[in-house]
Amino acid sequence: MKDESERKRLALIVDDEVQIRRLLRVTLEANGYAIIEAEKGQDGLIQAASQKPDIVILDLGLPDLDGVTVLKRLREWSQIPVLVLSVRERDEDKIAALDSGADDYVTKPFSTQELLARMRVAIRHAQPAEEQKTFRNGDLEIDFAKRLVSKNGKPVKLTATEYSLLRLLACNTGKVLTHRYILKEVWGPNTSNQSHYLRVYVARLREKIEPNPSRPAMLITESGIGYRFMTVQ
Amino acid sequence: MTRIEGPNPDELLAALKKEESRQRRGTLKVFLGMCAGVGKTYAMLELAQKAKKEGKDVVIGYVETHGRKETDALKEGIEVVQRRVTVYRGVTLTEMDLDAVLKRHPQLVLVDELAHTNAPDSRHPKRYQDVLELLDAGIDVLTTLNVQHVESRTDTVREITGTQIQETIPDTLLGEAELELVDLAPDELLQRLLEGKVYLPEQAVTASSNFFREGNLVALREMALRLAAEKAGQNVREYMRSKQISGPWKITPRLLVAVSASPHSEQMIRWTKRLVDSLGCTWIAAHVETTGELTEENQTRLTRHLQLARALGAETRSTVDEDIVSGLIRMAREQNVTEIVVGKPAGFWLFGILHSAHFLNRLIRESGSIGLHVMQAEGSSHWRTYIGRFLSRETGWRQYLQALLVVFAVTCVNAMLNMFVGPHSTGLIYLMAVVILAMFLNRGPVYVAAAISAFLWNFFFLSPRFTFRIDNLDDFMMFAMYFIVALAMGHLISRLRAKERTDRRREERATAMYMLTLELGDASSWEEIERVAVTNVERTFKAKGALLLPDAAGKLPSGLPEKEYAAAMWAYEHGQPTGHFSDTLPMTEGMYLPLRTTGSVLGVMSLNWQQKSPPTIEQRSMLDGFVRHVSLVIDRQRLREMKAQTRVLAESERLSQALLNAVSHELRTPIAAIVTAATGLDTGSDPAVHKAMVSEIRQAGERLNRLVANLLDMARLESGHVTPHMDWCDVSDLVNSALKRVAAGLANRSVSVNIEKAMPLVRADFRLIEQALVDLLLNAVMHTPSGTPVEISAHTEGRSVIIAVSDHGPGLVAEALPRIFDKFYRAPGAVAGGTGLGLSIVKGFVEANGGSVQAANRPSGGAIFSIFLPLQEQPVV
Repeated sequence: MKDESERKRLALIVDDEVQIRRLLRVTLEANGYAIIEAEKGQDGLIQAASQKPDIVILDLGLPDLDGVTVLKRLREWSQIPVLVLSVRERDEDKIAALDSGADDYVTKPFSTQELLARMRVAIRHAQPAEEQKTFRNGDLEIDFAKRLVSKNGKPVKLTATEYSLLRLLACNTGKVLTHRYILKEVWGPNTSNQSHYLRVYVARLREKIEPNPSRPAMLITESGIGYRFMTVQ
Repeated sequence: MTRIEGPNPDELLAALKKEESRQRRGTLKVFLGMCAGVGKTYAMLELAQKAKKEGKDVVIGYVETHGRKETDALKEGIEVVQRRVTVYRGVTLTEMDLDAVLKRHPQLVLVDELAHTNAPDSRHPKRYQDVLELLDAGIDVLTTLNVQHVESRTDTVREITGTQIQETIPDTLLGEAELELVDLAPDELLQRLLEGKVYLPEQAVTASSNFFREGNLVALREMALRLAAEKAGQNVREYMRSKQISGPWKITPRLLVAVSASPHSEQMIRWTKRLVDSLGCTWIAAHVETTGELTEENQTRLTRHLQLARALGAETRSTVDEDIVSGLIRMAREQNVTEIVVGKPAGFWLFGILHSAHFLNRLIRESGSIGLHVMQAEGSSHWRTYIGRFLSRETGWRQYLQALLVVFAVTCVNAMLNMFVGPHSTGLIYLMAVVILAMFLNRGPVYVAAAISAFLWNFFFLSPRFTFRIDNLDDFMMFAMYFIVALAMGHLISRLRAKERTDRRREERATAMYMLTLELGDASSWEEIERVAVTNVERTFKAKGALLLPDAAGKLPSGLPEKEYAAAMWAYEHGQPTGHFSDTLPMTEGMYLPLRTTGSVLGVMSLNWQQKSPPTIEQRSMLDGFVRHVSLVIDRQRLREMKAQTRVLAESERLSQALLNAVSHELRTPIAAIVTAATGLDTGSDPAVHKAMVSEIRQAGERLNRLVANLLDMARLESGHVTPHMDWCDVSDLVNSALKRVAAGLANRSVSVNIEKAMPLVRADFRLIEQALVDLLLNAVMHTPSGTPVEISAHTEGRSVIIAVSDHGPGLVAEALPRIFDKFYRAPGAVAGGTGLGLSIVKGFVEANGGSVQAANRPSGGAIFSIFLPLQEQPVV
């Protein structure tokens, strides 16, 4: 809410359904966003270029261009956070959007709280991250400089791979990371078919860092897509 | 849905008329002459011109005028269908282009020289077969024919002119034809010949001087006249019959001619045909199959005889009987035959004479009221043929050698024994040797051994020894008796063996048929029928077989060479045997037999024979049986499929009705809730009511969303678009994800998760299994009382990973258990709401992952739903 005092965040809504645009406008304006709308992909790209919004909410099924195409064109010149909001719920669509540079993906129907939370995460990530030395999340503490992890103040022993996995997730807190992305970042290129590594390491990591490993609260599975690291109180 | 356009009535009518003209069989008119040069072609062209003037669509398929001017002039104005040119062994041949004529489809076509033999690459070997096809297509045909080419007259022609006629047409063809005799007095013809008005091919010129003698011409003319007269007589009889005018013929005669492999049978068949023509009756060519095995040569000849008889219009029948006489009589009775034609049996020497007399005597005695014609075949009973029958038939020289060696060995043994025993004992030893020989050798060698041993015995052992003389009456009696006993034994034993062989063969045949029937009876799919049919054909006939069944568009499966395919299609479209060893397209490699049931052709069976000679009658009849049986089975399968299809249709109708009911109910309820709640929000201002209304709206929306998701999932499953993305999944991850998604529903329940320690990874589509678990949990939430606990467990068992959702509700009704996973099935007494789709989606998704689902009641109460997933070898990490 402190954003409000500086200036209103500008959100661009690209959606062909007038009802959804109307609904979003009401909701987002009530939560301190200024809104610009575009009905078509082409129009959306022009608006994004001319108005420089802080976040783009993009529908995939547009009358002229496919949402993923819009996303790719946008990513050619801009790192504006993009949140995809679509009725398409197949994993392939989600992964395609995320791999094309979307910051998050929300399926319709959606809850307002959820959308606002995701938008905040996306905007935060877009800001140049100040060099963090330590990371805190609930009982978990990570000292990036010393590569030390502790839980409840007690040190946790992690292997090198486990540590890089945790670091990657922690640095992208709140953001969904696809399997492919994680595999590439942690295990290197050409490992996208080695998903069992990921399964096993995620399970091990949960054992070590989660308060209740059988009900994970931090390292959350995004079914069929990837993982998301969540902040806990 | 596609709209079916109604046909234009005019077009329909035109199509019907065309169809009608095609269905009508064409009429055949034959211009018959006694020989070349009488003016048949001229007469034919004259008629064609007349028809054209009457407005008929006339074309020339093939007419040869040999450059005669007046004939050429008559061709004026009649369209000529381009001939087909083929080059065969360097010789250019022109033939009528059958397909072009069929395509042109005129009302009347002129085809000269009916008895012509086509070029080897033609569809039919003979032109008359082309004509038959034209007639089948509903085209009228005019044609010309010389009397010497009529099959039943060829013997007579040979007798008169000494020329063997090669090109013949079957008499049956004339049966349906209208005959017009083109007559010319012989001296007039000779005059025309002298004037050079008759064209004769080069090579025929020399022969013609012999052929065109006045004597020959008079005889040929008589034949032509007689043929025309007989035909006219037949027409009268047919007319009377059709108009039910009772004529002087109270009983229609019916002839039966006995056909065998003997070369004389051919003459007998022709002779019978002439008799049949003059009587105007029907006839049967009958063959009695006895125990004697036929050589390949005889088999071929027999097949040819029966074919000839068929070509001459006879019905052909085969029966199996040990005794020829009783076989013939039995068949005659069965077929209501009035007269039997037999040849005088060939008889040579005492045996033959006795045999033939016996044969005829019995036939006369047993035939009763049936008349008998005994025909002397020309050149019959030549001793050489008779001896030849024993000596050459089916027996190699090897057997004779063996027989001689045995007789020689026995003679040596006897010579030694002779020191101790008398001549009678040695005679018995000889006899024993002959009997033993009879067990292994054919009749010929046995007779030879019997005869030679008799003489050797006489020569070496009967006194006076070393002469052929016998002084003693006792010895003479012994010798005579020995001779007769040896021959009789040999005969009897070899006959017994022959019978045994035939029995075995017959049994083999029966077994083959039985096997086919049995295996086809078990076949329940097209692939199986095809496999069974093909393997049985290959086993029984030593030919490579295949079943060609048409697709929906009526096309046989391609993959055959063009020529073979054309033959197969012809067989399919015309319902007649085609290809190798048949009358149509015989140059192809395969034989194509139509598989037909009443009225329709279901497909084609192809056979690539490995044998060079045409199939024997035995093989033919067996093959017929096979084909008939396979046809029946195919028909049965077709009907079965049609029935199944109808059932599927009915089922899908029921389902779509259920879908409609469920959807309309399931859609309307939440919509009603939303609309009502929204109007409530509009009017009321009580914050508590406000909150309740908002909650209602959200719940209704969620319910709608779930319904749409279910319907979409169902649609994906139905259309087969569920292609699982198999990946390694952590079972506890799966369970947790599912639980999180149903968190709201499970809020007021205790959920216990029990996952085995060191649970292996499963290879599955995460989303599909997660969805299945979600649906199972929702199902538990919906059907058990609020507040009761829900348990979810996972463990391995054998080669499976089992994830189970159990509840503490009332359990499942017994009758619901087998159907619980069916689409739209709702258990009796189930809570209102829900489409009955959830569990069927669970089943679909799990099965798409190669797993299975089970529902059961737990002994401790409540229901348990288990998902079984195959346990795969774990990846190395």
